[in-house]
Amino acid sequence: MPSKFKEALNSGKFVVTSEIGPPKGTNLEKMYHHIDLLKDKVDALNVTDHQSSVMRFPSIGGCLAIKERGGEPILQMTCRDRNRLALQAELLFAYTKEVRNVLCLTGDAVPVGDHKEAKGVFDLDSVQLLRAIRTLESGKDLGGNDLDGAVEFCAGAIVTPEANPIEPQLIKFEKKVEAGAEFFQTQAVYDLDKFARFMQFARQFPVKVLAGIVLLSSARMAKYMNENVPGIFVPQHLMDELANAPKGTALNKGIEIAGRMIAAIKKEGICDGVHIMAIGREEVVPDILQTAGIS
Amino acid sequence: MKSITRQKPFEEITEQLRGFSRIFIAGCGTCATLTRTGGVEEVTAMREKLESQGKFVTGSVVIPVACDDVTEALVGEHQGSILSAHAILVMACALGVHRVGNNAFNKPVIPALDTLFIGMDDGQGVFHEVCAQCGQCLLGEMAGVCPITACHKGLLNGPCGGTNNGKCEVDKEKDCAWTLIYSRLKEQGRLEMMRKYQPPKNYQVVPRPRTVRVF
Repeated sequence: MPSKFKEALNSGKFVVTSEIGPPKGTNLEKMYHHIDLLKDKVDALNVTDHQSSVMRFPSIGGCLAIKERGGEPILQMTCRDRNRLALQAELLFAYTKEVRNVLCLTGDAVPVGDHKEAKGVFDLDSVQLLRAIRTLESGKDLGGNDLDGAVEFCAGAIVTPEANPIEPQLIKFEKKVEAGAEFFQTQAVYDLDKFARFMQFARQFPVKVLAGIVLLSSARMAKYMNENVPGIFVPQHLMDELANAPKGTALNKGIEIAGRMIAAIKKEGICDGVHIMAIGREEVVPDILQTAGIS
Repeated sequence: MKSITRQKPFEEITEQLRGFSRIFIAGCGTCATLTRTGGVEEVTAMREKLESQGKFVTGSVVIPVACDDVTEALVGEHQGSILSAHAILVMACALGVHRVGNNAFNKPVIPALDTLFIGMDDGQGVFHEVCAQCGQCLLGEMAGVCPITACHKGLLNGPCGGTNNGKCEVDKEKDCAWTLIYSRLKEQGRLEMMRKYQPPKNYQVVPRPRTVRVF
């Protein structure tokens, strides 16, 4: 069975993805609820892999839940917690469970998470993981041994269009394309002019780019991201807009901003779609889509 | 090469010395003297501290180069003090602990220091780790900055998304290795080196425990 997400990417339509954060624990009700809420409203749902290095229910578990409930999952795989044997094994398993999309990430550093004394693995990096997927597709493993049954994935990666300096990011972007990335989901973008300039570069390559949209829930949250999250720059006019929203309506303002940005990206054809990250506020993703005129 | 050490918390040292009332102390005149963790002053201070805790220090020595193969003979010169001790407290890096541990008296050896890394000093009392002794040197392609050591994640193909204005997501004081590599390669007109795909690293160049015969 081919990837439905890949079909969407190749259809020329404006592609929308969002993401599910698995729980810390075995109570899956909230995750199921979010999956059911979003699975028919987006083209695919990413499942985060111990996001921010915080130990959680596994990404592959979330992907299987999405499959069971009729959605299209994107398996996020970081290189932080597994060596090359474990990464390959999980890709084999994912394939047998009809998970067909993989987003390859380096992974956040261990000390930013909640198991600060753990050993970070990083046996492979994101470029090498992309190549590992293509190697497994050729019927071989990274040791050069034959596989009894290969895999086939729609493989993607991430890019930070507002990183400073930008050139090393662009070089790595090219390396990811050469390694077989078919799609990119970006770090959050807020300055569409800057993003459009990045897209002039990205358009040279035969890949689809989905702009990262992180919901701003308050001026304080935006300020926190500006100060603490590498590669995220919320411009002052958006900070002001959130700060000036009447008390209790900052979240609504954030939904409006996200919807407005998505609508502008779509209207101006800046890139191929968007990846909406609501970070714990998955409930409002349908509202964002409605504000954007997509639903 | 400098072996960078840090003294263990005194509580940990006394916990490890529990049950040993007579102690012999061995320091090192090289790296541990430089890092002020096992030189003459530190050995003297340790002696006083242990004595104030009711221990009896049977003797002490600061071995010129504790990792050297003459250490065993030097330790032998203190036979009397060592034989009358219950344990030897070693204020040297782990190499020194190993050397002293090979003593002919079969005395328990307790490390007073933690060995942190092999590093270089900047002359101002700050030590930097620059080599992880990985067995496959990449410095030629990386403009002299080791991504295995200087990048928190040891990435080989460029910066991660945690790079932040030339600093690392792990610590705003730490430089992003890949920004350094990029800047230097660019200055040298060799930026094409950064575009080269680096395959997964061979972590078994010499399988652990590593032993090499050189002659």
